[in-house]
Order: sequence, then C-alpha cells, then structure tokens
Amino acid sequence: MSQTPAASPMSDLAPPTRPLAGRLIDLALFGGLVILLAWSFSAVEMRHLPLIFSNSTRIGNFAAGFLHPDFSQWPLFVGAMVLTLQIALWGTVLAIVIAIPLGLLAAKNVSPIWVQQPVRRLLDLMRAVPDLVIGYIFIVAVGLGPFAGVMALAINTGGVLAKLFSEAVESIDPQPVEGVRAVGAAPIHEVVWGILPQVGPLWTSYALYRFESNARSATVLGLIGAGGIGQLLFDSLNTYAYGQVAAIIVVIVVAVSLIDLLSQALRARLL
Amino acid sequence: MAADIAFAVCGVSKTYGGRQALNHVTLSVAKGEMIGLIGPSGSGKSTLLRALTGLVRIDADAGTISAFDAPLQTHGRVIDKVQAVRARIGFIFQSFNLVGRLSLFSNVMVGALAKLPVWRGMLGLWPAEDKARAMQALARVGVADYAGQRANTLSGGQQQRGAIARTLVQGAEVILADEPVASLDPVAARKVMGALQELNRNDRLTVIVTLHHVEYAIRYCPRIVALKAGQIVYDGPAKGLDRKRLIDIYGPEIDDIMPEDPS
Repeated sequence: MSQTPAASPMSDLAPPTRPLAGRLIDLALFGGLVILLAWSFSAVEMRHLPLIFSNSTRIGNFAAGFLHPDFSQWPLFVGAMVLTLQIALWGTVLAIVIAIPLGLLAAKNVSPIWVQQPVRRLLDLMRAVPDLVIGYIFIVAVGLGPFAGVMALAINTGGVLAKLFSEAVESIDPQPVEGVRAVGAAPIHEVVWGILPQVGPLWTSYALYRFESNARSATVLGLIGAGGIGQLLFDSLNTYAYGQVAAIIVVIVVAVSLIDLLSQALRARLL
Repeated sequence: MAADIAFAVCGVSKTYGGRQALNHVTLSVAKGEMIGLIGPSGSGKSTLLRALTGLVRIDADAGTISAFDAPLQTHGRVIDKVQAVRARIGFIFQSFNLVGRLSLFSNVMVGALAKLPVWRGMLGLWPAEDKARAMQALARVGVADYAGQRANTLSGGQQQRGAIARTLVQGAEVILADEPVASLDPVAARKVMGALQELNRNDRLTVIVTLHHVEYAIRYCPRIVALKAGQIVYDGPAKGLDRKRLIDIYGPEIDDIMPEDPS
C-alpha cells in the first residue's frame, strides 16, 4: 500500500485540504445565489420595503377594521371550517393512497431506471400544476363543490408525498432488505417486511405535515368555489366586512393550531 | 453427481470493476459438513458465500454454481426460480440484517415467508403452527424471552441468535454465515458459534461460515477452506492448518496474534 517514510517529522504533516475544484464549485454556487438575488431585486420591487414603515398609519387604519371581530354568525363559520378540514382529510388520505405505489416506483433502489425516471417526471407534473388549476379541471368534470377541492389536494399532495416517500426509501439501510431476500421471499415481501418498517415513521411524519398544510390549502380552494371556510372568507373580503373577516381568521388560526397539536401528539405516539 | 452434494462450485470468477474477487474457484461441499472459510480481508470469502445463494452474480465468461444438484448460476445468470433455492438456504450476516423496528418475533416469522402464499405473507397472517415453530426456535437459541422486543433494542449476540432462529423457521438445510461473530464480544461469539455447531451436529445442517478469527475456525470447523486473493490456497482438515500455512495465507504478522501453534 502506501510507504511511509521511516522518520517523518511531525511538523511536516499538513492538514487535509479540499481540492480546488470543490472550492470553485462552492464559490460558483454561492456566488450564483447572490447574483440571482441581485437580479431579482428590482423585479419583485424590493425597493418598496421602506414603505412598510413610512406608511404604517395607513396600515393601522386598515387594521383597525379587524379589531372588532364579528362572531355573530359563528355557527356558520365553524360549520364551514369543519367542511374545509373534511376536504383536507380526504384529500390527504387519497394523496397517501396515490403516493405509496408512486413513491416506491420512483425510488432508485426499488425500481429500474426505465420505470423510476418516467414516474419522477409524472410526479414533477403533479406538483408543478397548481392545485387551483387542478381544482378548476375537476369543477369542469364534476361540478362546483367540495369534491373538486378534494381531488385538487389529492393530486398535488400525492405528487409531493410520493417524492418525499421515494427519498425516504432511497435512504434506507439495504441490509435488512437483503436479510428478507435471503430467506427466499418474493419482491413484494422485501417491500412490506424490509422497506416499510424502516420508512414508516418518516412517511407518517410527512403525511401528518401535509395534512396540516392541506388544512390551509383547502381554505384557499374556497376561492374557486370548492366550498368551506375559504368561500366565506372571500365573500366577506369582497363585501368589505372586515369584522367578519377577522372572526373567520380567528376560526382558521384556532383550527390550524388544534390540528398542529393533534398531529404532534400522533407523531409522538407513532415514532 | 452424487445426491449428498450441497454445493458444487466450478471454475467461478467474480470481478468488481477491475478488482478480481474470485479467481477460478472450484469447491465441492457435501451435505452435513461444517466448513470454515478463512482468509485475509478482501480475499473473496464473503463474495464466494454470497454467490452460493445468488446474492452476488458471478462473471459471465466462465464457471457454474449448483446447489442441491441443480444449477443456481451459470455464466453470470442466476436462475429465475432462485427464491425456491434460497428458501432452503439460511443466511446469517455480520450485521445480523434484522429489521430494527420490528419485534424479534416478526423478524423470525420472516423466515416463514417463502412457504406461504404471497398475499398471506404480505399481510403477516402467520399460521399458528409457524408461530409455534418460531417460539421453539427462539427458545432453542436462548432468546425466547425477548420475542416481543424490537430487534434494535437487543444486543448483537441476541440479534445474531435471532437471525439463526430465522433460518430454523425457514426450515433451511444449509446455513451460510458471513462473519457471524465479527461484531460480537467473545462470550456472545462463543454462544453463536456453539449454536451453529449444535445445528450441524444434531440437525445435520450443512454449515459454511466465514471467519476472521482463525482460532474459531480451527475450534469449530472440521474442514477449513482458505482463500487468498480470490484463489483457494488451502482446503483440508483443520488439523493440517499449521503455522507455516497460516503465514502463507495471512503473512508473517499472523505470528503476533496466534498465541499457540494449533497443530
């Protein structure tokens, strides 16, 4: 192997250095990020940043409208909020059903490359089309209402979860899977007994996180007539009923916080 | 070919990139033998053992491996029905290869998969007699008390004995053990080697075990096969493995770690 000189003085031993190519790539990456930020500065009108502070009185007057939340119609708000959560729940569950097979097919260590790459591109497509657009497509197909919202969430979230699931599968320890293979098990057994137990906690965690964010996304879907609290929110905004808007926001915040607490408790039990 | 042959390896080579792990290896293993496979790191012991169950594919240009009188690998192709052959071969790994988050019991039940209908194994609907056999197997290797615990909460020696129980549930006729004691302390190592020896003697299982520790090989295995740089350099009784041969295999430094001449 390597021949070490018999008497090498300790002071001659240089610490390891990173190769020049690696340092240049780092420089290009971070330099590129700085250039991108500078280039985008005027496009997103970042020069308006000081206006937030100089126009604070105008914001204050606007915000004052929100200071008196109008809860007079609270049963309506709570009912709509529940519908929104129901949309999020079904959307997320369907997304998980879609994401399990696609996530396994998109993993390098499970599928051959001629399956894995096309599935990856399909997932890109599912994630890239905004859920609002998918919602519109389903409204055309099945009519106005919550079901279009469910399908929009299911497809968009299915793409996101499948990608996350496949990355979890790619980072598993291959040895237990080899152990299952060595007993003469079928390939599907390798997945069920070797892979799923390893990715279970991470998959659960991802799915719960997506349920939380879908509770928010389902609100926005009200914009295209998918029903729920979002629809009430936009109706109130359009009629300048800021008291009602404030009350609806309070309901949303409370609901999202409750889901957050619930999923934390679930995660603690499952992991 | 005689019916009492477990494995016949004929002129097998395996190359990883440019490195030759096995170089025209020929070896015959009779049923009921206990063979110690020794040699320095990188000599090809693990590659040979894995090739015997089709986990490693041999080079295409030459060589065949047959198991139980039927071809397993020919010219770099593993037969399509390899699962049926694997079901008869128990494999023990250096790092146990249990699924850490499953209970020891579930890990042992995995051994029953090959005999069940695929859907049944998928859902984990184990037949009652298989469950009973799993508990008997765990009791036999002395870890039945830990059946309900997750595998990753157990010590290395307990996990390795669980892996042996898995091969028992499998009903394996052959156990291939790849460095089964390399990551265990001496007491746990002796228990694992003792369990393998007991299965060889009482159940007439064929055992092939790769070992770093030459003294374990000499103590437990009547027949020793030594590999060096992918070639068999010794194949004979443990008694014939004297100091001179060990120096041939491992180099002169072996003198420092072998306290007594085994012959």
